[in-house]
Amino acid sequence: MIQNYTDSILAVRGLKKYFPIKTGVLKKTTGFVRAVDDISFILRRGETLGVVGESGCGKSTVARCLMKLYDITEGAIYFNGKNIANFNDSKLLEYRMMVQMIFQDPYASLNPRMRVKDIIGEAIRVHGLSKNRSWKEDVKDLLNNVGLRESHMARYPHEFSGGQRQRIGIARALAMKPKLIIADEPVSALDVSIQAQIINLLDRLKADFGLSYLIIAHDLAVVEHISDRIIVMYLGNIMETASDKDLYNQPAHPYTRALLNAIPDVGKKQKGNRRMLIKGDVPSPINPPSGCCFHTRCPDMFSLCSREKPKMVEISKNHWVSCLKYKR
Amino acid sequence: MKAYIIRRLFQAIAVCLAISMISFFLLFLNSDPALLLLPPEAEIEDIEIFKKSMGLDRPVLIQYLSFLKKVLLHGDFGNSFVSKIPALDLVIERIPATLKLSLLAVLLANALAIPMGMISAVKRYTLADNLITFLALVGQAMPLYWFGIMLIIIFGVFLGWLPISGSDSFVHMIMPSITLGAWLLPVNMRLVRSGMLDVLNQDYIRTARAKGLFEKTVMIKHAFKNAMIPMVTVTGMQLSLLLGGAVVTETVFAWPGLGRLAVESIRMGDYPVVQAIVVFFALCVVIGNLLADILTAFIDPRIRLE
Amino acid sequence: MSSETIMTVPHVNQKKPSSLFNILRKMWDLKLGMMGGVIIVGMLICAVGAHLIAPFDPYEQDIMERLLPPSFLEGGSAKHLLGTDSVGRDTLSRIIYGTRISLIVGISAVLIQVVIGVFLGLFAGYYGGKTDSAISFMVNVMMGFPFILLAMSLVAVIGPSLQNIIFALGITGWPVFTRVTRVETIKLKECEFVLCAKTLAFSTMRILLKHILPNILPSILVLGTVEIARAIIRESLLSFLGLGIQPPTPSWGMMLAEGRDYMLSEWWLAALPGFAIFLSALGINLLGDAIRDIVDPHMRKS
Repeated sequence: MIQNYTDSILAVRGLKKYFPIKTGVLKKTTGFVRAVDDISFILRRGETLGVVGESGCGKSTVARCLMKLYDITEGAIYFNGKNIANFNDSKLLEYRMMVQMIFQDPYASLNPRMRVKDIIGEAIRVHGLSKNRSWKEDVKDLLNNVGLRESHMARYPHEFSGGQRQRIGIARALAMKPKLIIADEPVSALDVSIQAQIINLLDRLKADFGLSYLIIAHDLAVVEHISDRIIVMYLGNIMETASDKDLYNQPAHPYTRALLNAIPDVGKKQKGNRRMLIKGDVPSPINPPSGCCFHTRCPDMFSLCSREKPKMVEISKNHWVSCLKYKR
Repeated sequence: MKAYIIRRLFQAIAVCLAISMISFFLLFLNSDPALLLLPPEAEIEDIEIFKKSMGLDRPVLIQYLSFLKKVLLHGDFGNSFVSKIPALDLVIERIPATLKLSLLAVLLANALAIPMGMISAVKRYTLADNLITFLALVGQAMPLYWFGIMLIIIFGVFLGWLPISGSDSFVHMIMPSITLGAWLLPVNMRLVRSGMLDVLNQDYIRTARAKGLFEKTVMIKHAFKNAMIPMVTVTGMQLSLLLGGAVVTETVFAWPGLGRLAVESIRMGDYPVVQAIVVFFALCVVIGNLLADILTAFIDPRIRLE
Repeated sequence: MSSETIMTVPHVNQKKPSSLFNILRKMWDLKLGMMGGVIIVGMLICAVGAHLIAPFDPYEQDIMERLLPPSFLEGGSAKHLLGTDSVGRDTLSRIIYGTRISLIVGISAVLIQVVIGVFLGLFAGYYGGKTDSAISFMVNVMMGFPFILLAMSLVAVIGPSLQNIIFALGITGWPVFTRVTRVETIKLKECEFVLCAKTLAFSTMRILLKHILPNILPSILVLGTVEIARAIIRESLLSFLGLGIQPPTPSWGMMLAEGRDYMLSEWWLAALPGFAIFLSALGINLLGDAIRDIVDPHMRKS
C-alpha cells in the first residue's frame, strides 16, 4: 500500500500495540488487549489525514504510539524515513519539536494551576525557542494566531470556554513550531457550533504554518471537509482508506457505509436509498473475532469471513479496502 | 480471589521480616549493645569476652540471620538482659493484661462511635452533627496521656471514686479503658460518619426511600449494612493505633501489660525484649490488616480488581 | 456501579487557585477556623516573642517559692500567675517558652516528613511498576510498626536531643504523605496535561515538580497542618516518657511528666502544660479543617 516514501512525512508499518492483562499471584500476563493490531499507513507532507472509527477502535492508541507516549509492541514508525524507536535523547527532542499533539479534552489538557502564558510559553522558555526577543512576544503572536487576545495571557484556564481552551491547546502545540500535528478528537468535547470554528482554525493554520495533520475523530462529519484522505478503523484494524471524495462517493467497505449512514442527512442526498445501520456492540479487543474482525456485525457477511483474515486490496487508485468481497 | 489472598499473604510475611530486620539493625545504629549492657567502668578485655559470649563479634548480617533462625525455629528472642528470663516468656506473660484493656476500650469506643457517627451522618449539618464533629475534633487534639492524668486527678484524687493505679479488679480497668477508648473514639466516629455518608449518597438508598420504605428500615437494612464495610477495614487497621495507645495508657496507669513492658525495656536498653515486642506488635498489625483486607474483599467484590 | 466509575475518572479541580485574600475572607465565614487561627497566632506570638512576653526566666529557680499554686487558686500569688514548679520556676514562663520548642519540633518534623513522603509518593505514583512496589512496601513496613515503639527505640539509640527528636519524628512520620501523594500522582499522570508535558519534551523532574506537584499541594497543605498537631503531641509524648527533650529545656511533655509526680497534691502542674498541648493541637486541627473547606469544598466535613 505504500508506494513511495519520499513524499511521506510519517510512515507506519505493521504497528501493533497490545496491553498485557496480568492476573494471578505473580501477576503473570495471561492475555492482551489488542488495541492496535497490525496497521500500516503513510502521511504525505502537507496532507491532512483523517482517522475515523467508533470509540475503542484503537485510534487514540495510534496517536499515543506516534507521540511515543506508549511503547509499541511491534512494527515501526518512520518519521522522514527514520525509525523513531531508535531516537536518542537529542533526536527525540528534535522529533518532539516537529510532531505535536492536540488533546481531546480541553478541560483536562490544560494545567489548572498555570497561567495561559506559562501553558503556551513554558516550552519556548525551556527549550530556548524564541530568537532575539522575549518569550512573551512569541506567546502574544501565538495567541493572535489562534484567535485569542494578549489580555488573556495572565488568566487561568478555568476562565475560558471549551472552544477557547482548545485554542490555547493549539497555541501550545504551535509553540514548538511543529511540522506535523496529531489531533486526537480535537472537537469531540465541544459544542457543535464551536466545532466548525476550531476545524476552520486548524485549516487556516495549516496553510499559515505549512503543517501536516493527522486528525482523529469518531464522527465522519468532523473530518469530512478538512481531510485529504481518510482511514477507517475498526477494532484495531484499518478497514478502508481512500481520498476524501472516494470514501464519500464510493464507500467500499460495509463498515464505512454504515458509518456514512449514521451521519444525519439533513438536506443532503445520501448514496443509496437503503438506510443501513449495524447492530450490536464492538466485540472485545481481548478476544477479537476470527477472520475478518468485522464479520460479527457485518451485513454482507458470508462463510469465508469468519475463517480468513482479509488483506488490503487496492480497488481503484489510492483506494484500499480490507474486505473479502474484493479478494482477487 | 485465591491469588489475591496468596499475594497479600506473601506481602504480609515480607513486611514482618522487614520489620524484624529494621528493629534488629536499629540496635547497631549508634554503638554496640555491649557498651549499653556493661557498666561504664568495664575493662576492654571484659567487653571482648562479653561480646564473644553473646556472639556480638560476628558481622551484623550473620547475627541477624542467626537471630531469625532462632526466632523462627524455637521462638527464641534471647534472654532479657535485665531479668535473664527468655524474652518471649516475658511478652506472653503480659499479653492477657493488654488484651483485656484493648477489648474493653474497643467495645467502649465503638459503642459510642457507631451511634454518634450514624446520627451525625443522617442528621447532616444539624446542631447534633456539628456538636459531634466538633467533639471529634476536640478528641483528636487531646493528648491521650494527659486525658488519662486528668481522669486520675478528677476521679481518683478529687472525687476518690476510682483507684489510681493497679490491676487487681474490674474497677481498676475503668479509667484505663476509658482513656484508651477515648483515643479511638474520634477516629472511629469520623469513619462511621464518612462511610455512612458515602452510602447515603448511593442510588439504592434513594430508591429505597422512593419506594416509600420507613426511614428506619432504610437506615438499618440498607445503609448501615453497607456502611459497615469501611468499619471492618478500620478495625483491622486500628490495631496499630490501638497498640500505640495501649503503650501510653499502660504507662500512665501503671497497667502491667505489653506497652508498659515495652517502655521499660526501651528505657533500660533491654533489647531482646524490645525486639520480641516489636515483632509481636508487627505481627498483630500485619495480620489485622490482612484479615481486614480479605474480609473486605469478600464483602465487596469490587476491591479485588485493584 | 456505573455512576461510580464515572465519578472516579481522573478529575482535576478546575477551581481558581485561592488567593490569600480569598482564604482570609472565607476563614472569616468559618468561625471555628477563626478560632483555630486565633490560637495559632497566639502560639506564634508566644514562640517568637517568648523572651519579651514571659514574666520570668524559664530556667530561674527559686526554692523559696516552689510549688506555688496558680493565682486563681487559694494560696496563689499574683506574681506567678500559673504558679511554680518543684524547684520554683515560673510555670507560665515555661509554658510560653515551651511553645517555641513545640512549634520548632512540629514544623521541622513535618517538613522532613513532607520532603521524604512527597518525593517518594511522586516517584511511586509516576513510575509505577517495581518502583511503586518497592516504595509501597516501605510504606507498609513503616505502617506496621506501632509508631511510638519505633520512635522510642530510635531515640533510645541515637540519644534524646532536640535535633534527634525532630529526626526521629520526621523519619517515622512520612508514610502518610507518600500514600496521599502516590494516589494523587497516579490519578494525575494519566491526565492529558501531563501527557502533553511529555510531548513537549519536558524532563521528568519538571513534569513532577511543575505540573503534578502544584496540583497535589492543596492536599499536602491540609495533611501537613494536621500532621504538625500530631507531631507536637508526639514530641510531648516522647518527652513525657523521658525519651524526648531533656531537662531543663521547657518542653510541655516533660513538664507534664514532672508534674505527674505531684498529681496527688499539686494537680495543676500536670494539668496546665497538658492543656497547652491540647489547645495548640486543637487550634491547628481547626485551622486544618478550615483550610480543607477552602481549598477543597467537595471534601467538606466528610
